[in-house]
Formats: sequence, C-alpha cells, structure tokens
Amino acid sequence: MKAIVCVKQVPDTSGKVAVNPDGTLNRASMPTISNPDDMNALEAALALKDATGCKVVVVSMGPPPAEGMLHEMLAMGADEAFLISGREFGGSDTFATSQIIAAGIQAIGLDDDDVVFCGRQAIDGDTAQVGPQIAEKLGLPQVSYVAEIKKDGKDIVVKRMLEDGYMTIKVQTPCLLTCIKELNQPRYMNIRGIMESYSMPYTVLDYEALKDSPLIEADTIGLKGSPTNILTSFTPPQKGKGKMLEGADQEACHALVSELAEKHII
Amino acid sequence: MSEFVNTNPADFKGVWVFCEQRQGKMMPTSFELISEARKLADELGVEVCGLLLGSNVEGIAKELGGYGADKVYICDDPALETYTTDAYAKALCDAVVEKKPEIVLFGATNIGRDLAPRCAARLHTGLTADCTHLDVDMDIYKQFLRDNSTLPAERIDGLSKIKVNGEDHSVERDLKMTRPAFGGHLMASIVCPRFRPCMSTVRPGVMKRAEFDQAKADACVVEKLAVKIGPEDLHTQVLEVVKAAKELVDLTGASVVVSVGRGISKDVETGIKLAEELASVLGGVVGASRAVVDSGWMTADHQVGQTGKTVHPHIYVALGISGAIQHLAGMQDSEYIIAVNKNDSAPVFEVADWGICGDLFKVVPMLIEEFKAAFASKA
Repeated sequence: MKAIVCVKQVPDTSGKVAVNPDGTLNRASMPTISNPDDMNALEAALALKDATGCKVVVVSMGPPPAEGMLHEMLAMGADEAFLISGREFGGSDTFATSQIIAAGIQAIGLDDDDVVFCGRQAIDGDTAQVGPQIAEKLGLPQVSYVAEIKKDGKDIVVKRMLEDGYMTIKVQTPCLLTCIKELNQPRYMNIRGIMESYSMPYTVLDYEALKDSPLIEADTIGLKGSPTNILTSFTPPQKGKGKMLEGADQEACHALVSELAEKHII
Repeated sequence: MSEFVNTNPADFKGVWVFCEQRQGKMMPTSFELISEARKLADELGVEVCGLLLGSNVEGIAKELGGYGADKVYICDDPALETYTTDAYAKALCDAVVEKKPEIVLFGATNIGRDLAPRCAARLHTGLTADCTHLDVDMDIYKQFLRDNSTLPAERIDGLSKIKVNGEDHSVERDLKMTRPAFGGHLMASIVCPRFRPCMSTVRPGVMKRAEFDQAKADACVVEKLAVKIGPEDLHTQVLEVVKAAKELVDLTGASVVVSVGRGISKDVETGIKLAEELASVLGGVVGASRAVVDSGWMTADHQVGQTGKTVHPHIYVALGISGAIQHLAGMQDSEYIIAVNKNDSAPVFEVADWGICGDLFKVVPMLIEEFKAAFASKA
C-alpha cells in the first residue's frame, strides 16, 4: 500500500501582488509556498503511514525550483519524491495537467490498495479541477472536500463536507481524495529530516520518461492539448473613492447614520 | 464513449444547466443559472434545458420553466437519490453524449465543483471554474469589458479572434467565461474553442434570478431520459447525510453583511460580539475575512472573498478588514459599503462608499447606538 500525494508550488497570493503592464502576474516579484491544501493532503498521507506503515510518495508538476518544496516534504516524512517537469508540459490547462500527472502516477505505479491524496484546490487558480480530473484519467473513484479519513479494511470511510452539512462515504481503493484544511494540522519538518532528505530517492520525470504513456499525446498536453484558451486577462477598475468621514467619534457616526436614513438606504 | 466526437461545434445546440437538488429540494443556484442560461440562449438563438438528476424529482422540474427553461430533462433513478460522483457523472455524460448541448453550466457548489471536472475530463472538453460573468454576444461582452476592466479601448475593440494551434479562430459564437484568477488579483476571460460542450461552474449568488413566470413554468416541457447505471459503475457508497446542527450562515441571501477582519485580533471575542450586535440591529448576518477563518476565530461558512462566498448585499460593513483584493473580489459589488479601519490607507477605503478611520472597538458601539436611535425614531 502506498499513499501518493499530489502537491504544487504556488505564488503566495495572500500578500501584495504585482501586475505587469500587459495584465499578467509578475511572478518573479512574489514568494512561492507549498499550496496550503496540499499540506493537509500530505499530512493525511503521513498519518496513514503512522497508522499502517505504508510508503508515502510525493509528486509535483512544475518547473525545477519545485525541488526545494519536495525536499521539505521528504524532511516531513515522505519516502520518495517525483518532479514532473518539461518544456513540453508548459501552458497546460487543468485538463492537460491532469493528463500529465495521471501519466506520472502510472509511471510511479498504482497498486490496488493505494490512495492518491490531493489538496482541494491551489491558491493560484482556485479551480479544484485537477484532483477530480486525475481521478477520471486513472479510472479511480474520487471523494472531494474530505475532512476526516478512516481506514475500514480494504475500504476507506471519509467525511465529505457540504455547504450545509456533510456526508459519510465509503470508498473502494484505489481511490483519490481531495483534502481540506479542516482535515488536520500539518506537522513541521525537523532539521535532521532536511539533511537526510538529500540522500532520499528523488526522481525527475520529463517528457522522455512519460512519452510512451497513452495519456501523453501531442494534442493532450501543453498549450496545444488544452481545451481552454485565455482570450484576455485584465485588472478590474477601482471603484470611485467614497467619502471619508471626519473623525471617528459619535458625531461622525451620527452623520453617517443620518445620511443613510435620509437616502432611505436604511 | 469512444464514438463521441465533440470537435465539430456545429453539431452541438442548446444551453444546459445542471440543476442541483438536495433531498428533493432545488438548490437556489439552479434558478440563478437557468436565468443566466436564458440570456445566453437568446444571444445564441437556442433552447435552455435544465438537467435534473435524482429520485422521484419530477415534481420540482416545472418550476425551472418559470425562470426561463424551455425544457427539463430528468434522469430519475434510485441510484441518483443522493449525490455520488460515480452515478451522477455517468448519468450526466450519457445525457450529453445523447443530446449534444453546446454549453453546460453548473453551480460552483461543493457538488458542482466535484461533478463538473470529472465530466469535463471524461467528455474531453474544457471547463472554467467559478465564473462570475458569462457572455456570448461580442458587443455585449466588449461593453462589459469597457465597464469593468482597465483594458485600453483599442484592445477591447480589437478582440475578435485568438490563435489556436497557430490558426486564427473567431470567438464570436464561443462562450466568454470570465473569472477571478490569482486570488482575485486578475480577471481572465476564457474560451473553449475546439470542443463541445463548453462547460463552466458559476459561483452561487453571482447571477441574478429572473422574475418567476407561472405561465412559462406551466409551458415547460419535461422529458425523462433513460438512465443506465449498473453496480459496476458504483465504487462509493453514501452511508449517511448529515445536516449541520448549527444553522450555517446564509451570506449570499442576506441583505446586510457585517464582516470582521484581522482588526479584531486584540480582543477576538468582543470584536465578534460587536459585529453580531451591529448585524442584528441591521437585520443582517456576520461575515469574515480569510484571515479570521484561517485563524480559527470563525467557521469557514462565514468567509467572504475569492475563496469564500461572493456577496452583494444591500449594505456591507467591513470592520477591521484591510481589503486584500481577494476579499474585495467577494464584496465589492455590494450596493453600499461602509468600512471601519484604523489604517487610513487600507485598500478597503478604495471601494467603500463611507469610511471611518478609527478603532472598531470604539466606533462600532457608537454606530450601534446611532442605528438603534435612527430605527427608533422611524418606528
């Protein structure tokens, strides 16, 4: 049994963001982080390892600097790391990305009792599409928005969050789960782990390594294989600045409420 | 599925909405999407069809007609009573393969966001997540850009085609799907030029629900589709469905939202209590910024913003929220915005109609008093 964790390095969109004059994101100006939901996915896999002794494999698709993130994950307790990286994979939308990651997971090897963990969504795109699409490409059952995981013999029982409650779902393995932050509290890495991580198995899967997979075709990967195209991107205009009230006292509050009442807003 | 060819857009007609129901009750976003689909279908000159999956759900089908559906296709089967990805994806993909719609819209609920990507991957087509604006007609789309973007006029006027694999492709008849990207720092319009159906999930609360028309509901055609779901299709089993014990806050339906941000950190309990009291005086509910939810001070159902809910209430009050773009993306279309923040250069003041620069712990009690007095004098 293995736990395979799909992770992504993302620009930290929580701080100030610089936009280029042409309307694209100035990525160079932004620090990168491991995608937050993916850390919950990793923790879920490590918890499964603690309970069952299974192997934990982390896999990421992205440019070479993502190696640093994968070493941190080895330091946290993962056993093996794979980076899917290649110029041919660039420009992929979620469809093409899931095609490539699914091919990567097949190359790593998917056993009958394996569980694939993903974060619910990445903070750069916020689409939540790649997890379910990998599941479809691999023919695995999926459960998204997972907030609790229990092993039940060969099956897994999970709590799947809805907006107005939750479902308890029993899912056969192998399967794919997408994890939310309510699931757990990611552990820290230890210093010794970081040193050791550099002698642990780390593999780059490039186009050459994956090209024989039936999932990898010229018209299913990269920009050419992406069903969606960006027509244009833009920044919204700032709304005209409103009225700043003088002072922060009772008088100001009175003036505001009076104006709202006069204009029949309240 | 292998015989399904979807690379000739002319073979596909009609705008579909996946009409989500839970426990036999239609989700409100289904009505919003049917209303929006009506607008798109009129631009294309085609029909609007609702697709309703469930068990014994025929009774709730015709209501969709009242919001603009010409027809409702029903997949009725015990296996569809409660949502599972397996059963729903099978039924939906079978229906698409049989009827060939050109557009399929889903509400971006926890279920829509699970089902849509699975189906898009199976059908080999494009999906755009969490859209906040949809257009077909180029003139209407360009006007939308003029009103809502900082793009120069000549860039907007020149939009008509894109390069697809080195060749010019006219986007005239494609659905232009606009969504926030990079945490709401940018907006992007996305098209799906080569494959059909073009699929999109739409954030609940974003599209306006049309006026209900009983005559149209009565005229709505309901047609049952054959459902072919076998045990071999099912790999998951729902053991139970539990409604939240605590009534979750209905942010999108509220006419007043009072939200708190990091500014409450020096006394979280009092900060939340003040927001609750102000909300109760105004007949509203309490929302929160991402920072507040991430810190565990309030539950995720309160979160307003790009990763939370999009709201456009009558009045939005932002207390101690600096106004990261991802928060603004979720509230800036509110009718009236009032912001209280200690920092006079907080970005939230850029979108606020009224700003008070001050300590929320001092200002909010005064506001509560003033609102109470104003309501008392009205009564």
